[in-house]
Amino acid sequence: MPAAILLIAFTHYPTVATVIDSLFSKATAIRPSRFVGVLNYQRMLDDPIFWKVLANNAWFALGTIPTSIALAILMALFVNRSIPGRSLVRMAYFTPTVLPMIAVANIWLFFYTPDIGLIDQIASWFGFSGHNWLGDPTTVLPAIMVMTVWKEAGFFMIFYLAAMQNIPPELEEASQLEGATRWYYFRRVMFPLLMPTTLFVLVNAVLNSFKLVDHLFVLTKGGPDNASNLLLYYIFETAFSYFETHFAAALTVVLLILLSVMALLQFFLLDKRVHYR
Amino acid sequence: MFKGIKWLFIGVMATVLLMATVTAGSATELTMYYPVAVGGPLTSVVDGIVDDFMKKNPDITVKAIYAGNYNDARIKALAALKSGQPAQLSVMFSIDIYEMIEQDAIVAFDDVVETAEEKAWLDSFYPALMENGRTAGKTWGIPFQRSTIVMYYNKDAFRAAGLDPDKPPATWDELVAMGKKLTKPDGSQWGAMIPSTGYPYWMFGALTMQNGQVLMNENGDTTYFDHPSVVEALQFWKDMGEKHRIMPKGTIEWGTLRQNFLEGKTAIMWHSTGNLTAVKENAKFDFGVAMLPASKRRGTPTGGGNFYIFKKTSSAERKAAMRLIKFMTSPENSAEWSMKTGYMGVSPAAYETQKLKDYVKGFPYAAVARDQLQYATAELSTYQTGRVRKGLDDAIQATLTGSKTPEAALKEAQAQADRLLKQYR
Repeated sequence: MPAAILLIAFTHYPTVATVIDSLFSKATAIRPSRFVGVLNYQRMLDDPIFWKVLANNAWFALGTIPTSIALAILMALFVNRSIPGRSLVRMAYFTPTVLPMIAVANIWLFFYTPDIGLIDQIASWFGFSGHNWLGDPTTVLPAIMVMTVWKEAGFFMIFYLAAMQNIPPELEEASQLEGATRWYYFRRVMFPLLMPTTLFVLVNAVLNSFKLVDHLFVLTKGGPDNASNLLLYYIFETAFSYFETHFAAALTVVLLILLSVMALLQFFLLDKRVHYR
Repeated sequence: MFKGIKWLFIGVMATVLLMATVTAGSATELTMYYPVAVGGPLTSVVDGIVDDFMKKNPDITVKAIYAGNYNDARIKALAALKSGQPAQLSVMFSIDIYEMIEQDAIVAFDDVVETAEEKAWLDSFYPALMENGRTAGKTWGIPFQRSTIVMYYNKDAFRAAGLDPDKPPATWDELVAMGKKLTKPDGSQWGAMIPSTGYPYWMFGALTMQNGQVLMNENGDTTYFDHPSVVEALQFWKDMGEKHRIMPKGTIEWGTLRQNFLEGKTAIMWHSTGNLTAVKENAKFDFGVAMLPASKRRGTPTGGGNFYIFKKTSSAERKAAMRLIKFMTSPENSAEWSMKTGYMGVSPAAYETQKLKDYVKGFPYAAVARDQLQYATAELSTYQTGRVRKGLDDAIQATLTGSKTPEAALKEAQAQADRLLKQYR
């Protein structure tokens, strides 16, 4: 019961309130808010920045999710074996996850700084001239993706590591006896056994690709010219910089729908393939 | 063990007593929000002045609440207003004025001042600093923490390039000519950098003013983004990177620019006066501070925070708030504030105080911002200011990164601003 109250007060009620808010116009002292129906949504369709941030977010998700999951599996495989200094390596992989996003973004801001940044200094040893990573609309989004993958992969690795340690060692021994190669074992035995974890990680990764915008405040503020703007950051700007709370509510509804549809799709489509039979 | 409890008890009693005396002794209680945009120990400076005020005015209690950056301060003040427990006064971004008026949140100082002396006080500040606080014939904001853009330059780099370190560029042509001499072909040192993230519209306001055109009218309902002089200013900014090659192409990050300058990656940077103390403390080379160069004239926008009084206040509270604002912007306190922070003194009288005179004598760069004030104009501020500003920011960045021409980008920004502002004309 207390759980239900909390859920209603902090989840269901705000959701409903947001939907209702999104149907009203911006209130000022001179012009009170009034019901405008789907006007906010129509405006959204005509808003080039909305389409831009949506496309950016799709690229951002596509660029970060598969890479970070693949990297997480690789890292987990690596530290699942007995190698010297194993716990140290595990910790090293996990460190980016522990750091606050704002701190991380501040560090990477200096990595990416043209000429004096770490990346350009290393590149200069090999004779490359400096590049303005965050100031060039073609490289700014990839640059942010790299940082996000670096930040996320260690977190997902932990789940894979836990899952791998739950796989009975007999399976590997048995497949070795049968003459299966390591790759075959991974592909036909281990990876299918990891599917529940992959589903969990995938859901989380998709949510995060829409939820994580902390770094934008520090790194780019969505610039240059919206080249790195993401949906949630645009919602924040609309609500707190432009004070268009009702338009922001409409954007939030779209975000909510997007996320629920994607979570449902993942559960229903993948659920059939998740469990090892 | 018992000793601990005893002390705890004494502590609690002392606190209760203290609170009782404070409440009993005060007729008026004020809540004030204030932002700090540059970080550091500025909160203690503000709290110090407020404590000083309460000591001298025992009938007023002031609760000064640090509210984060300018954005946070505005959100908190507006939220408090809607929740029915508003503050009586606040320091907020000077460009929030139209939003505050539209929300019917603030009261004009003309409606609060009573005596002729107080009316004269309204005119005692630098006129350039009042521009962002005045609209529709009334004064809504009193300048407090204000800044402008200045030009920092590396005197050692000037010497190395065979330039006179005491003659920083005074015109755009000189900036380009000197910039070419200062730029090293291997890319290890650029001639100049003007930041184009964070607050591109602010830097652009300087360039357009220098080219003889302001960005908006006094009523905050019309912008001039597609004016030929404005287009020309943006073209010049773009040319510095692409044609003259004295500045890196693309956008230049606001947050790391100071580091670039301190590491000698650029010989000249345009930045807020708020960086003065940090540059002074960290530069390992001989540096200079100068006014921004001129095209048709010199020019810079002002920036920073103003005092506002909220509308939901009793007349006693308004009077008390006036006393507090007068105290905090008095020449003595303004001078003190300027020396400790790098912000400007807000009135000519502040620079006439002995302590600020002495300070300027020892560190003449502290006066560059003041001397530049005669050429200064208001910071971009209109109704719907967030969106209008973002439209201009996007246009500037699209031009600098080469995805649009200055004409096309600015025309688009102007069309968007027109759409937003039509309803206010």
